[in-house]
Amino acid sequence: MTRQRFSGLSLLWNSLGGHRNWRAQWRRAAPQAEYDAVIIGGGGHGLGTAYYLAAEHGYTRVAVLEKGWIGGGNTGRNTTIIRSNYLFDESARLYDHSVKMWGDLSQVLNYNVMFSPRGVMMLAHTVHDVQVAKRHVHANRCNGVDNEWLSPEEAKAFCPPLNIEPGLRYPVLGAALQRRGGTARHDAVAWGYARAADALGVDIVENCEVTGIRRDTSGAVEALETSRGLIRTRKVGVVAAGNTSVVLGMAGVRVPLESFPLQALVSEPIKPVFPCVVMSNGIHAYISQSDKGELVIGAGTDVYTSYTQRGALHVNMHTLEAICELFPMFRRMRMLRNWGGIVDVTPDRSPIIGKTPVPGLYVNCGWGTGGFKATPGSAHVFAWTLAHDEPHPINAPFTLERFREGHLIDEAAAAAVAH
Amino acid sequence: MLLIHCPHCGTRPELEFSYGGEAHIARPADPSQVSDDDWASYLYLRSNTKGVHAERWRHVRGCGRFFNALRDTTTDRILVTYKAGEKPPGEAR
Repeated sequence: MTRQRFSGLSLLWNSLGGHRNWRAQWRRAAPQAEYDAVIIGGGGHGLGTAYYLAAEHGYTRVAVLEKGWIGGGNTGRNTTIIRSNYLFDESARLYDHSVKMWGDLSQVLNYNVMFSPRGVMMLAHTVHDVQVAKRHVHANRCNGVDNEWLSPEEAKAFCPPLNIEPGLRYPVLGAALQRRGGTARHDAVAWGYARAADALGVDIVENCEVTGIRRDTSGAVEALETSRGLIRTRKVGVVAAGNTSVVLGMAGVRVPLESFPLQALVSEPIKPVFPCVVMSNGIHAYISQSDKGELVIGAGTDVYTSYTQRGALHVNMHTLEAICELFPMFRRMRMLRNWGGIVDVTPDRSPIIGKTPVPGLYVNCGWGTGGFKATPGSAHVFAWTLAHDEPHPINAPFTLERFREGHLIDEAAAAAVAH
Repeated sequence: MLLIHCPHCGTRPELEFSYGGEAHIARPADPSQVSDDDWASYLYLRSNTKGVHAERWRHVRGCGRFFNALRDTTTDRILVTYKAGEKPPGEAR
């Protein structure tokens, strides 16, 4: 099926027809008996992987299997923050690869993902916060990642609603600003990749849960058992976020992951008041304003592992108390919706992208509480890994073996919080 | 918020407790004798069970003691709690 190209002209043309002639953006595919590669998980990372397999590596027989609906997991549940100001060299390369790809993703996909590099400002509230933030600024600049230190007055000039009164319980002592960071429209990322992949022949199969992984006598993957029948394939990429342990367990592969609920919430929509993204790791508040006008607020993880896609109210309250102190003008805002997603967290808070001990089985997981920002870069290097049967240089350090070898990429210690 | 039954103090809100991760993971008696694989497993591999999960909690704002719980991670319902050092009750499995 040829893709209907979006443009100003096509918008004008279809408006003359009352917008009744738009075609479906991707096919409702039924699974075929055999594929060259199958991606398990129809979130942004999985759909993107299928797209790059088709667009850059010539794979034409690819399926994405999604047990629910595409973009219904963490892709549709996150707070859409994009940044690359990570401490370690390996992380800076990986996340900045992604930030660079966000820049022209709308043009590449012919789909407006509404990437808005409005700046991500991370606050420091203690002497230690200041030292850590300045270390990040210097480390980032050594890696070619923009980051700059702002005084409290400069931070307020960049984000006028910010309260920099010295009498706060946790006063703002300064901030690190990544101007290239920002937000994007999360649903559009899933839909844009789905549409572009579908146009290249990728089958996107929803309501199709993988229930088993069949292996041949040599141990290599040969087929997937699914709720919609057996699918033969020699190449499987698992991109199942919080359910990765369950899926890999079907092939007897254990990964150092634990799945936690992570919550977010949005306010009622209001006129534009908040020009950037503000994060405070110290008192745990993440806030931005969507183009619809809602304040988008990220809360923390619950303390216990879970698969329920919901969490406790006191976790949200903790974040809202911090936000009300930092931005007193929001004290009477009403919250509209809250929800949870299940995030797969590694011991070092860095992802695992690469091969598994099972031939033909690849995994892209462990993005924890901050995978959305990495969607294009992650999908791009994971597709490369599947196509070449070896990791791309950018994801080569992010192996499963690093936990045995001790080569951790310890962003957990570097950031001191979930990110 | 969970209501958690401390085997020593009774049922209290989750805010009184801290989470201690998966239960019944024993540190190898002689770490210098275990293989890298086994040591990595001890340090990093957890069951991450979708279903009934044995886990440790500590009544940190109460009696201060650790105890264990069986919780269904698909519903967050705590099936039973039992004292540290005890085996998980078989009938709840």
